[in-house]
Amino acid sequence: MTKKPEISKSKVLQISKSQIELLEKLCNAVAVSGDEQEVRQIVLEEVKSVADEVKVDALGNVLVTRFGRGEKRPRVMLAAHMDEIGFMLVKDDGGGLFEFVAIGGIDERQMVAKSVLVGQEHLPGVIGAKPIHLTKKEERKNTLKIDQMRIDMGLDIGSKVKIGDRASFATRFEMIGPSIRAKALDDRLGVVNLIELIKHAPDNIDLLAAFTVQEEVGLRGARVAAYAFDPDMAFALDSTPARDLPVWESDDDNVNYNTRLDQGPAIYLMDSATIADRRLVDLLVKAAAAEGIPYQFRQPNRGGTDAGAIHKSRAGIPSISVSVPQRYIHTAAGLVRHDDWAHTLQLMHVALSRITSDTLKR
Amino acid sequence: MKSLIKKLVEIPGPSGFEEQIRAAVQREIKDHADEIKVDALGNLIARKGKKKDGGLRIMLSAHIDEIGLMVTHVDDNGFARFIGIGGINPLTCYGGRVLFMNGTRGVIGVEKLESGKLPKLAQLFIDVGASNQDNCPIGVGDVCGFERPFLELGDRLVAKSMDDRIAAVIAIEAMRAITDTPHELYFVFSVQEEVGIRGAITAAYGVDPDLGLAIDVTRSGDTPKSVKMETALGKGPAVKVRDSSFIADPRVVNWMVETAKQAGIPYQLEVLEAGGTDGRAIQLTRAGVPTGCLSIPCRYIHSPSEMVDKNDVQNAVKLLVALLSQPIKLG
Repeated sequence: MTKKPEISKSKVLQISKSQIELLEKLCNAVAVSGDEQEVRQIVLEEVKSVADEVKVDALGNVLVTRFGRGEKRPRVMLAAHMDEIGFMLVKDDGGGLFEFVAIGGIDERQMVAKSVLVGQEHLPGVIGAKPIHLTKKEERKNTLKIDQMRIDMGLDIGSKVKIGDRASFATRFEMIGPSIRAKALDDRLGVVNLIELIKHAPDNIDLLAAFTVQEEVGLRGARVAAYAFDPDMAFALDSTPARDLPVWESDDDNVNYNTRLDQGPAIYLMDSATIADRRLVDLLVKAAAAEGIPYQFRQPNRGGTDAGAIHKSRAGIPSISVSVPQRYIHTAAGLVRHDDWAHTLQLMHVALSRITSDTLKR
Repeated sequence: MKSLIKKLVEIPGPSGFEEQIRAAVQREIKDHADEIKVDALGNLIARKGKKKDGGLRIMLSAHIDEIGLMVTHVDDNGFARFIGIGGINPLTCYGGRVLFMNGTRGVIGVEKLESGKLPKLAQLFIDVGASNQDNCPIGVGDVCGFERPFLELGDRLVAKSMDDRIAAVIAIEAMRAITDTPHELYFVFSVQEEVGIRGAITAAYGVDPDLGLAIDVTRSGDTPKSVKMETALGKGPAVKVRDSSFIADPRVVNWMVETAKQAGIPYQLEVLEAGGTDGRAIQLTRAGVPTGCLSIPCRYIHSPSEMVDKNDVQNAVKLLVALLSQPIKLG
């Protein structure tokens, strides 16, 4: 698993300053499920000069087609979700305090005392919690439930926010040496990679790119996107938990690591939603071997990606997922390695260029 | 029929890894189908007959996948940890023997347990006789099924994958027996049922039937202190009324019951509290399809020793042939 990358620089895509800046812009944008407008605008702006067709569908997915050249081109769908986990205001308690619910899977223990951005104007707020001065020892052992928390917007926010507005964690994007810390790396990493793949689409395929909505609430956007594209095969580009902190493990073995940082893109075999098509596993593994790109298998485990919705569409679509491993996913601040991101982009680019009409031969 | 059952139940084919069983079924049906294809997810779809006046396009679905295991980790000493493919009960794993798709065999061991405690799946491991990672012939992502020989106990038949190979046998036998039908019959040998009825979703979309019928096993209530359930082995195939995944179309239930009565075939009505079949996927495809399910009562489902009754199987074939040979009027 600890393969050293020996990448032929001339052939594979690299990540430069402009891609990092684009990822920063994407991560700092707010697009909680069902309200993906901000990210959608960035995507539309980025792809308009390179796409052959661009469409925003009824649910808000951005569907981009880039045609290849030559005969018998496989129709290959790539999906990356634009939405992120977050919150929704559900009740105005007065005095700038709002009850809220979670959108997508967030651990209640990881909500308290976090700064948030509320509504389309990114107004500042905080998920307030009683300070240590006011709590008793016994009380501090209890986990706060979401209905005991409030988003505090200060006074007089007036008509600027309303019930139904979304809120996200307020964490700003930072490069920290070889790492990136940000909110919403799940799945802005997929989005930025998909934009790059459209810009550098190989000619042997028709690339059908879906920037999907509402993944975090049940793979909803991808379902209709796959129906519309009706592709020959599909790849979901996502992010998956890394469980590689020694301090987290009660046993030395850590046999349930899921993925680890610095081991490269995580190729899926099975999760709760999809059994990866083995012909596509082979394609990815051979592509990685051919170019010396490191990779890891994501442990067969729970979880799900857009592939779960895509592969069951119409008369069936062979599908697989590839994820960037991420620590602290679905919290206020995730952490990934720059090189895992770069290797994921490189692996996908090489794999796409190796697809032929025989790829799905049984 | 017995040799066909033995042949099909002993082939490994966990969900998503149905190549071997698909090829075996294809060999059995190739002379009895007018057209055979394999769809994008691997469903084997065989057409028999062409729609005539008064005929319907009918989808029959028997899933060829079975529950199995997938390796998640191989440790320094060559022991493999795993996750279930489909509903695996740790209780029936320990001491079991498994056969990997690459031919490797193994046995399932367990960590030291607190006395009286049942194991969790995470406490079990597969021992393939390796002593370290390097000489272990399997790795992360490798897949195995349980390995048990077919067993005949009087009228009872026992195997690791009666669920749902017995339905594949019934479909194949019916396909061979039907000589004249006004219908366009699509015999679907579906994949990935055990992980959430996935193959039937895409097969049903592709077939676009007028009428659907799943064929699957169901539980029985005839063993000591079992769940309360009417169905019992040997009392005939069961006509499903409902399970937790779908409510059979009452018109389809009536048609099945009336046909059984007229042909003098014993049958039972089935109400299953928990469980689902390909019927759900067919019913909900496209703009909706009237759908039912023909069930075979089965003991010890999802264990390596699933038991059915030979007479129920034979009667299921008879009922299926009777159902599909005549014009159908759902009323």
